[in-house]
Amino acid sequence: MCEKENENFQCGADRRSFLNRLSLGLAGLVGAAMALPPIAYVLSPLVGKPPRKWRDVGGLAEFPVGETKLVQFQDATSTAWAGDTAMTGAWLRRIGEDQFIAFSVNCRHLGCPVRWVNDAKLFMCPCHGGVYYEDGAVAAGPPPEALARYPVRVVDGKVEVETSPIPLTTNDLV
Amino acid sequence: MKFIKSILGWLDDRSGFSDVVMPMLRHVVPDSARWWYVFGSATLCAFAVQVISGIALATTYVPGGEAAYESLLYITNEAPLGNLLRGMHYYGATAMVVLAIIHMTQVFLHAAYKYPRELNWMSGVVLLFVVLGMSFTGQLLRWDANGVWSVTVAAEMAGRAPLVGPAIAHAILGGETVGGSTLTRFFAIHVFVLPGLIFAGIGLHLWLVLRHGISEMPKVTEPVDPATYKEEYEARLEKTGVPFWPIAAWRDTVFSVAVMALIVGCALFFGPPALGTSPDPSDINANPMPDWYFWWYFAILSMLPPQLETFVILGLPVVGLLGLIVVPMLSNKGDRAPSRRPWAVGTVVFGFTALVVLTIYGYKKPWSPDFGVKPLPASVIASSDPAVVHGAELVHQKGCMYCHEIDGFGGHRGPVLSDIGQRLTQPELIIRINNGGYNMPSFAASLTAAELADMVTFLETRNGAVVGKKTIASGNRVSK
Repeated sequence: MCEKENENFQCGADRRSFLNRLSLGLAGLVGAAMALPPIAYVLSPLVGKPPRKWRDVGGLAEFPVGETKLVQFQDATSTAWAGDTAMTGAWLRRIGEDQFIAFSVNCRHLGCPVRWVNDAKLFMCPCHGGVYYEDGAVAAGPPPEALARYPVRVVDGKVEVETSPIPLTTNDLV
Repeated sequence: MKFIKSILGWLDDRSGFSDVVMPMLRHVVPDSARWWYVFGSATLCAFAVQVISGIALATTYVPGGEAAYESLLYITNEAPLGNLLRGMHYYGATAMVVLAIIHMTQVFLHAAYKYPRELNWMSGVVLLFVVLGMSFTGQLLRWDANGVWSVTVAAEMAGRAPLVGPAIAHAILGGETVGGSTLTRFFAIHVFVLPGLIFAGIGLHLWLVLRHGISEMPKVTEPVDPATYKEEYEARLEKTGVPFWPIAAWRDTVFSVAVMALIVGCALFFGPPALGTSPDPSDINANPMPDWYFWWYFAILSMLPPQLETFVILGLPVVGLLGLIVVPMLSNKGDRAPSRRPWAVGTVVFGFTALVVLTIYGYKKPWSPDFGVKPLPASVIASSDPAVVHGAELVHQKGCMYCHEIDGFGGHRGPVLSDIGQRLTQPELIIRINNGGYNMPSFAASLTAAELADMVTFLETRNGAVVGKKTIASGNRVSK
């Protein structure tokens, strides 16, 4: 409180300044309370990675040695309403009695789906013409890396592929 | 009648419409602001089409998982007027992008971004990028196989950013893979976040137009001098200005009617873009392709050397945005007339030529293997020799023709093989097929010796002669 008449102006200015800062601070607090939970909610998929799961993709007999076949299975992050979008795929190549390689279907250039051309023994990408050999190594085109591989195992005569994230092309070049 | 008039009068008095809005509508504008100036309002009209048709579509569209695809099928094939609405939304988006670019080009050519309208330009640039964001997210809401794979490509591009790339990619996908949370994110961005930004941007843009007035047609005799511009502009307006409503605005309304007619006409006659197969990420037979406004970018990505690719993917949008925003900072005074600004005219001519050429190139995408190529007909093989005929079959069967054209058949990624028999000798052909090279894979592991011999025998017969329906161009031949 101001005690003298001539102090009124200074006193009023101090009060206005205080109320100004108080209002701005409280508005910031309200804004933060409004914004932070939604931001954290939207970014929540970045934390709490879903556990990986082994998916049965078929019996051993379905995969002749030396052949490469497309297998389709549900990924680990499926939500109740995901429907078809919960599906994912891998190119499964049997290289021995109990040995398999599961290649990601994503081209390492920009993630487009590669196709297996059996007669040519090549994986080819329709987007920018990336080509890979049957072992996944880059044969031609812009991909900077070989096809990514998923963990695969044989359990009781069943072939299982472990769900994995979409392989992101590294930024080694940056 | 009297009763209605009294209600309207009450509303006008209490709302202040006549006091606040009418002066804005009747603000004085240069009388030279004629047909050149209709593109901004037409862009606004296209945005209104998007908002209204979008709200109607959102009453039926289900933004989640495979239900989105089913709801799109329902809208397209069963819902009354659903096909028309989807078409209007698609062609409205096309109109918005095209008109925004034309509007911007006109402003650039007439240097209307110079003092005091720098912020008008900058807000317009931001709006253009938000509109492009709307186009991209809208394409993804067409949640078919193409939509799923376009999200994947977007995540892959973002994933290349240093340090934060994977986090951005997973934020885009709503997880580590495409799934139930992916589409809902893009839906929220498309119908809430970006339209909110556009509304705010349009509000700012229009406020700035009112604050600084509509620029006059550029004259060689009237360069911009910030020290005197405002006084001179006001003086000219007092002498020759006309009220925006209705003297100038009638052209805007006429042009907007034409734009509306075009949008509705295209929706009726061409219909909305066809839906692809269902959004199943395990379906590898998709061939992701952006909507036409991004074909030029698609083409650029195909031509880049690998060492530049990441920089361009991440840098081009940022450089493009910043490059356009700083235009008024580079020159905000002086000549406005295009005849005195040859660099500006050259930039527009070069920019549009590049855009058109790259867009056509992106549409043709000769860099992609042609998986649908048909076997060579007998008229092209032009031989009954079993080895030649078998070689021709192998050229198709082994995928050579996905990338190579022979007499009009095949892809365009690799060199034309119509005259390969003249350009390479037999040993050179064998080495090339076995070892690959020049961006061609090796076929040593997928060909037997007999198959290789037949393939080479066939290729040796390709001498650029006239066969079948087509005349073979000899092209740039290399002597043996």
